[in-house]
Amino acid sequence: MADSDVKAMTADLEVPSFEVAAFTSPVKLSEAKVAIVTSASLHHPDDDGFSPGDVGYRVLESNKRDYVLGHWSPNFDATGFALDINTVFPIDRLDELAARGVIGSVSDIHLAYAGNQFELSAIRMDSGPAGAKFLNEQGVDIVLLTPV
Amino acid sequence: MSTLAHIFEAAGMATIALGSVKNQIKNTAPPRGLWCDFPLGRPLGVPQNAEFQHQVLAAAFSLLDSKQTVFKEYDIAIKDEGTEVMACTLPPRHDPEAHPAVDEANGLRPAYERALAKYGNRIGAGRTISSDQIGEAIESFIRVAKGTPWKEAGVPGIPARVSQDIRGYYETAALALSDHAPAAWAGTRWFLDHTEAGKVVLSARQAMADAGEKQPIWFYMVPGDR
Repeated sequence: MADSDVKAMTADLEVPSFEVAAFTSPVKLSEAKVAIVTSASLHHPDDDGFSPGDVGYRVLESNKRDYVLGHWSPNFDATGFALDINTVFPIDRLDELAARGVIGSVSDIHLAYAGNQFELSAIRMDSGPAGAKFLNEQGVDIVLLTPV
Repeated sequence: MSTLAHIFEAAGMATIALGSVKNQIKNTAPPRGLWCDFPLGRPLGVPQNAEFQHQVLAAAFSLLDSKQTVFKEYDIAIKDEGTEVMACTLPPRHDPEAHPAVDEANGLRPAYERALAKYGNRIGAGRTISSDQIGEAIESFIRVAKGTPWKEAGVPGIPARVSQDIRGYYETAALALSDHAPAAWAGTRWFLDHTEAGKVVLSARQAMADAGEKQPIWFYMVPGDR
């Protein structure tokens, strides 16, 4: 069993297409509020976990570092996250970049979705835009997206 | 991941998507995509290595300089050759009356608790079953492996999720038994190929497949290449 074997299973999966790729000109990085959106199904222990086919999102707070990896797929290594949350969710690194003035600030709020979805219409039409609206309301300028 | 990038970008935020599978991130064409050839589950590359993670982030944020959609490959790859296995000393048999896998799981409990105290419960038991139910869950899979239909074997939840909790319990315990950060998949290979519980899970999965159970019920009990 090797990582390449697992990747090979997914490499040719049909992927969604977007006729027109949106493009937003970013604000200056040193003035930007940055949030993380991950498809790793992270959640706080007291929040609802992700069910199979869960198309919703969970809110992740910066000031709580008790993130739990709730992804249903067995097809990734989880020990990296177990050792260091930043392997998937680089919140400490963003804090350091903000302290150095590289980025403007780190959002207090981040989002987690469940990746490995085959039916994406609900995310495209509902929970995705809802999450984007929520982050917009938080004044987020730049979103870093991380998978597992 | 890239689907969300398109959605968030359309909502007025600039996005940068990291991806571990080249074809996926390239074909979904997020506005700014950085393919990092790192093992699945480690999009920032190396745990407990802030310098490496910062280098990845610097490459990611540099994509913001592009005036149009952009896809780049990160210039460092981390390859898993499928050979490294965590070196963990398993506890000696304690209860000769218990199945070796159950005895083994019970023996790992102190290591599991030490790992929880150090790292928190990030991947361990708790999705479907608690750490107190690991032995019971293994016993149910032993019955499945011997031919009992899984619905009659007392499996305390969806088999894939129960299996994931057992694997998480073992991989968490292993962190307390190892003196270095394991390579990606080294913990999974240790669990599946070097522990009694791993043998039980694989045997139960095979028994379910042989019995004609629906593929999604047993397939996701372990990584799909097994």
